[in-house]
Amino acid sequence: MKKAVKIDVKDLTVGYGDYVLLHDANYQVNQGDIFIIMGGSGCGKSSMLRVLTGLIPPLKGDVVIDGINMVSGAADKVQKIREKSGILYQSGALFSSMTLSENIMLPLQQYTDYSPATMRELASLKLALVGLTGFDDFYPSEISGGMKKRAGLARALALDPDIVYFDEPSAGLDPISSRNLDDLILEINQSLGTTIVVVTHELASIFAIGNNSIFLDAETKTILARGDPHELLKNPPNEAVYKFLTRGEKK
Amino acid sequence: MKSPKVTDIPMNNIVITAENDKLNIIFSGDVLGCDSAGAVQKIQGMLQSGIKQVVIKAEDLEQWDSSLLVVIYETLRLAQATKLKADIKGLPKNLRDLMQLAFADDRKPTHGGEDYSFLESIGKATIDSAKTVSAVFSFLKQTLSSLGRFFSGNSVMRGVDFCSALEDCGPKAIAIVSLISFLVGLILAFVGAIQLQTFGAQIYVASLVTIGMCRIMGAIMVGIIMAGRTGSSYAATIGTMQVNEELDALQTMGLSRVDFLVLPRIFALILAMPILTMLADIMGMIGGATVGVFMLDLPYEEYLKYTLNAFNLKNFLVGIFHGFCFGIIIALCGCYSGLTCGRNADSVGVATTKSVVSAIVWMIVTTGIITVICLELGI
Ligand SMILES: Nc1ncnc2c1ncn2[C@@H]1O[C@H](COP(=O)(O)OP(=O)(O)O)[C@@H](O)[C@H]1O
Ligand SMILES: [Mg+2]
Repeated sequence: MKKAVKIDVKDLTVGYGDYVLLHDANYQVNQGDIFIIMGGSGCGKSSMLRVLTGLIPPLKGDVVIDGINMVSGAADKVQKIREKSGILYQSGALFSSMTLSENIMLPLQQYTDYSPATMRELASLKLALVGLTGFDDFYPSEISGGMKKRAGLARALALDPDIVYFDEPSAGLDPISSRNLDDLILEINQSLGTTIVVVTHELASIFAIGNNSIFLDAETKTILARGDPHELLKNPPNEAVYKFLTRGEKK
Repeated sequence: MKSPKVTDIPMNNIVITAENDKLNIIFSGDVLGCDSAGAVQKIQGMLQSGIKQVVIKAEDLEQWDSSLLVVIYETLRLAQATKLKADIKGLPKNLRDLMQLAFADDRKPTHGGEDYSFLESIGKATIDSAKTVSAVFSFLKQTLSSLGRFFSGNSVMRGVDFCSALEDCGPKAIAIVSLISFLVGLILAFVGAIQLQTFGAQIYVASLVTIGMCRIMGAIMVGIIMAGRTGSSYAATIGTMQVNEELDALQTMGLSRVDFLVLPRIFALILAMPILTMLADIMGMIGGATVGVFMLDLPYEEYLKYTLNAFNLKNFLVGIFHGFCFGIIIALCGCYSGLTCGRNADSVGVATTKSVVSAIVWMIVTTGIITVICLELGI
């Protein structure tokens, strides 16, 4: 059975002003995929994510999510889609002046009509889902880096999103925490059917969770390879991809 | 056999000799902290005199540091540039590996480090300032529409944020504002007294301090203190949120940054500044009185009488109005600098500096404008 297309990227050019990072990228993310955007440092992975999440406009091209054009579509429809996506930033991006619980309640206050008590309970539940039971009233400065990421994930999950984006989830984490976060991503994907887009260059993560991917290349500013990362490792389409997936071994 | 012409330059165990068309560079013993620039210069000079081959020998090398590496690296580069043959003999393995690393050419900068000609940089500066102007206007527009949302009850501003901002720029600023204004009053009285003494008119110190503090000095001092204390902290806080991607998170959550971050801070300063200005006026007058009564030995009742005579509600209100305007300026400059901060720790420092400097400049400009308007209206 062919899966439905969730995100359709058409002729997308990403960059800042005159500085092009990637040109004319075309790819699709299917419903329920764990989609990896990989590539070397500085090749524009985070920038690609910023375009997908609407933080910066593309230099050219379209991003279509659930049939809605996110670049040129009607503002209210675009907003509906945005509400249905959660983002875990590289540093967690928790608001430091609020407790974890308040952080998670913020999107709920904005977009739902739950009573404050219900919101508190929902926040507790999301924290429990990511393994932070009882940390409701802690401030971000009082917890470790790995916990911050998990709390950030809890906030990203607040509105029961259809798509969750991750920017380098394993950056700055020890191997165990990183592994735990990977497991959490898999669990969310499997139990909730959430489509997941992950920017990473962690090989262990890529092979542990990814089932579809694109490989960005800074030199040619194009997508050098695409598909299941395991397949890419078995039949590497070119030297650069092989080197990347094997930590620099020569073919 | 023809005896070769030998030039000998001993230099911390580096011996550089020219032998016909061959340049020998011999390292022996410990080469630590040698004058590598000097050695390279000598080698460069000697390469010019018909040398065809460079031989580097390091069989007897014992200890070495980076200064040796520099000599070898630069020599090899010179040889490469002039297409000379270079032989290296007896170089320890780790040194050879390092050289290989240095000469690996699989890494090159992809962008950045652009050089601009004079004309180009003028053009770039013009475009940049045009962009800044339009960014400032769009920020002001956003702030106005955010105010509109607030008054129509659609703002996402949180009361808690307003309270904590108010606490920070109100009660916590009282001590420093009191101290500085007291001292300014003191200074005004001293400086005035020296001049007025020559006419035997010391008692007018009271009028001088009262008018000076109420009309403008109180507001200016509070403005400068608050720009350095609160405006900069706004810029640093919001700038750090940019670095931590918290601003991104706000935006993707569909929460207005201006509602959320700027509005509570503007309201807090608008409320606090007039009150602090009043406090500064009073403290300044007390400072002046301290000098007048205790140092100039003016009678207490006289001093009070002249102070009350000089006190004028119009002046006082103009001063408070200054404080109100300065509050808006400090909050806007601080928040704007923070929101436009770059994404690294360095740029938070830049944003902080920018907030203070721009706030002070705009406060002076505003003072000028208010003064002219008052003059026209005869206030
Ligand atoms: N706001 C910006 N303005 C200009 N250039 C930027 C900006 N953000 C990132 N860049 C540049 O874009 C390039 C790619 O950045 P990024 O997308 O963060 O790469 P990655 O996440 O793949 O490491 C970097 O060289 C960076 O200097
Ligand atoms: Mg990145």
